[in-house]
Amino acid sequence: MLAYILRRILASIPVMIVVALFIFLLLRLTPGDPAAIIAGDMATPAQLAEIRRNLGLDQPLLTQFVTWSGQLLTGDFGQSLISRTPVLTLIGQRLEPTLSLAIVSMIMTLILSIPMGVLAAWRHRSLTDSAVMAISVLGFSIPIFVTGYILIQVFAIDLKLFPVQGFTSISEGIGPFLQRIFLPALALATIYIALIARMTRAAMLNVLGEDYIRTARAKGLSERIVLFRHALRNAAVPILTVIGTGFALMISGVVVTESVFNVPGLGRLTVDAILARDYPVIQALILLTSGIYVAVNLLIDVSYAFMDPRIRY
Amino acid sequence: MSFIAKASAFHPRHLLRATLLASTLLGAGLAASPLQAQEIRAVMHSGIRVLDPVITTAHITRNHGYMIYDTLLGMDENLEPQPQMADWQVSDDGLTYTFTLRDGLVFHDGAPVTAADAVASLKRWGERDGGAQMMFRSIESLEATGDKTFELKLSEPFSTVLQLLAKPSGLPTFIMPARVAETPSSESITDYTGSGPFVFDESQFEPGVRAVYTKNEAYVPRDEPPSWTAGGKVVNVDQVTWVVMPDAMTAVNAVGSGEIDFMEQTPYDLLPLLEANPELTVEVLSPLGYQTMARLNWLNPPFDKVEIRRAAMAALGQDPILAALVGNPQYQEKCGSMYGCGTPLATDAGSELIMNGPQPEEAKRMLEEAGYDGTPIVLMQPTDVPSIAPQPVVAAQLLRQAGFTVDLQPMDWQTLVTRRASQAPVSEGGWNMFFTNWIIPEVWSPINNPMLNGGGKEGAWFGWPDDPKLDEMRANFAAAESEEERKTIAADIQAHAYEVVNYIPVGEYKIPSALSNKLTGMLEMPVPVFWAVEKAE
Repeated sequence: MLAYILRRILASIPVMIVVALFIFLLLRLTPGDPAAIIAGDMATPAQLAEIRRNLGLDQPLLTQFVTWSGQLLTGDFGQSLISRTPVLTLIGQRLEPTLSLAIVSMIMTLILSIPMGVLAAWRHRSLTDSAVMAISVLGFSIPIFVTGYILIQVFAIDLKLFPVQGFTSISEGIGPFLQRIFLPALALATIYIALIARMTRAAMLNVLGEDYIRTARAKGLSERIVLFRHALRNAAVPILTVIGTGFALMISGVVVTESVFNVPGLGRLTVDAILARDYPVIQALILLTSGIYVAVNLLIDVSYAFMDPRIRY
Repeated sequence: MSFIAKASAFHPRHLLRATLLASTLLGAGLAASPLQAQEIRAVMHSGIRVLDPVITTAHITRNHGYMIYDTLLGMDENLEPQPQMADWQVSDDGLTYTFTLRDGLVFHDGAPVTAADAVASLKRWGERDGGAQMMFRSIESLEATGDKTFELKLSEPFSTVLQLLAKPSGLPTFIMPARVAETPSSESITDYTGSGPFVFDESQFEPGVRAVYTKNEAYVPRDEPPSWTAGGKVVNVDQVTWVVMPDAMTAVNAVGSGEIDFMEQTPYDLLPLLEANPELTVEVLSPLGYQTMARLNWLNPPFDKVEIRRAAMAALGQDPILAALVGNPQYQEKCGSMYGCGTPLATDAGSELIMNGPQPEEAKRMLEEAGYDGTPIVLMQPTDVPSIAPQPVVAAQLLRQAGFTVDLQPMDWQTLVTRRASQAPVSEGGWNMFFTNWIIPEVWSPINNPMLNGGGKEGAWFGWPDDPKLDEMRANFAAAESEEERKTIAADIQAHAYEVVNYIPVGEYKIPSALSNKLTGMLEMPVPVFWAVEKAE
């Protein structure tokens, strides 16, 4: 297992190099000029050229790439071209809101979606099943910003139970933290609840038809043990895959949720950086996102072995 | 109890109760948290990222400049220059200005503000600001003559020295310590020491998220009442926090729920929500508003021909464009003055064609006479800027109705600003036309107005009019000795600029702000400032 993990980590290195090269070239080939953002509307072409020279953007692409790669190898992601803030500082500022949103949202998702999926499969073709499926379809169909605005209107404006927007660090107390994160996490969770409940239901339906389930029931095991120990564990592999990729998506930044609830996460940082053509920030964020996907995929693959003893690496 | 029994015992109302209970507990938790005393939380028109108010003309950075820096002179509501950091004397021949810094000026680090700081700051400003560059060409020397005095000597008459030093927008004359002002003007500063009424809290700065300004306890305001950027800058709150909210609906909800005290710019379509809230006041704080305009590229066909530029102006009209952009007569106004309506130099000289538009039949006739061959017009539309996105769409239709072939190209603002810098032919990535907006103090004189520059490919703003006559007229304006003479020349400049179609103003608009009723004393002026304002608990 350890050798497999090591092999996978080593294999991720060329992936990251290709990603770095690709994103570097893609950004440079996209029209846009950070100097124009810095200088504003009144700048003359000569002033823009001067700023470009100062930022090193007048250098040949190869020179720029070599400089950036050299910095990366020493762990230096550079500075934002626009605000002159170190890129790692910027990412560090946005990491806690993003992680908080992802974790709280995933906890909500797991608490609600797996029981919903199990219940729907167990009560297949019943009213409960239809209700779960209807909730899933709604969760999928309603855009997050609509869900977000409805939650804000009902819980923040009408009932005044939550604030409308913003993020409070967990270091300022669990109460204020949860109060700010609850609505955005719930809005974000709706789509994943729908996705994972459906996936759980489908996987459980497959497994519940297996001979060993009939055998377990014939042995007189309680429904709880049949459902959760025998059925759910065997249905876990596809569910874990969806959970893993969903979590990776959340960590990479969920810009709509972040914008509607004004959560200063990585999604907004990414969009702002792209609109300003802030190359070092975009490059670091894409690398970070790629790294997250590589790590999450590895974790998912490793977790298969724990959920299904037949899988060995 | 078995799982089945437990499952059967579950009822949706339990979940609802649990959620409400948890919410109430969480609400109680937050309610118990102490509120910061005397903090104004404001959503500005955009997030601040560039912190150097000299390298950029971005309005949000200018606003940041007014928070932490003081300006050499101020401009009052009558648009008259007034002393702010310094008073002045002018020699009889009008060529020597002697400035004296007032007492009590201290930088945030405790060092006194000296004449050397002011001179270094003005020199850096003179490298970036368009009007200042023109003025510096007429300056023989600018030197400190003592700790608190410095002298500006002109080699030739330049009548708008004080107006330029006092101008509230574009690049105002923010005074920095000399060590900071010595940073090359093409490099961003990294030391944010000012002497203004607020101190920038760098430790709490998160680009794109928030900027925090605390009261400068050492600041000594002038005794006069505040009037625009002149007068006493008395700070009545402990802290101002600019919160960035990318979603306008969220900002409206936040100001409506009292989480935000001030929203600088409110979207017109969400105004009814704000106006219906008795806790809020919706009002226009910037009395002069904005000018929106079209710029044509003189280098590329068909707009290299003045007759076709005039046909385009006849094809356009202010009413339909303003209707699409604003759609609320309370906040929009037709205006033929390139200097903005309600300004000292405002005139309607030469504006008949655009003010009477759209005139599609007249434009068709003009196109026919000019021999227009159907060359498509590449009209750039920045889809991500709500205050500019509608104009090109309406303009494209008006131009088509007049017989132009229009290639409307949607793109993001970044792509537009890159492409508009291209002097290449259209086939090689060039362009023909785009729209943008200015606040009126940025266009209110021929010296400030960036478009009124005939320097061609080398010196003019994007579109590059090669118009030596215009530059000669601007020089005459700068040298004019009386207000009457300046007004006459300004009217002539405008008539000429319309004649050759330097640019096409397509109307003016104002953007209302939303304020919590807890705020009083917010100044009405082109720049949102946070001195003079008080917040009730």
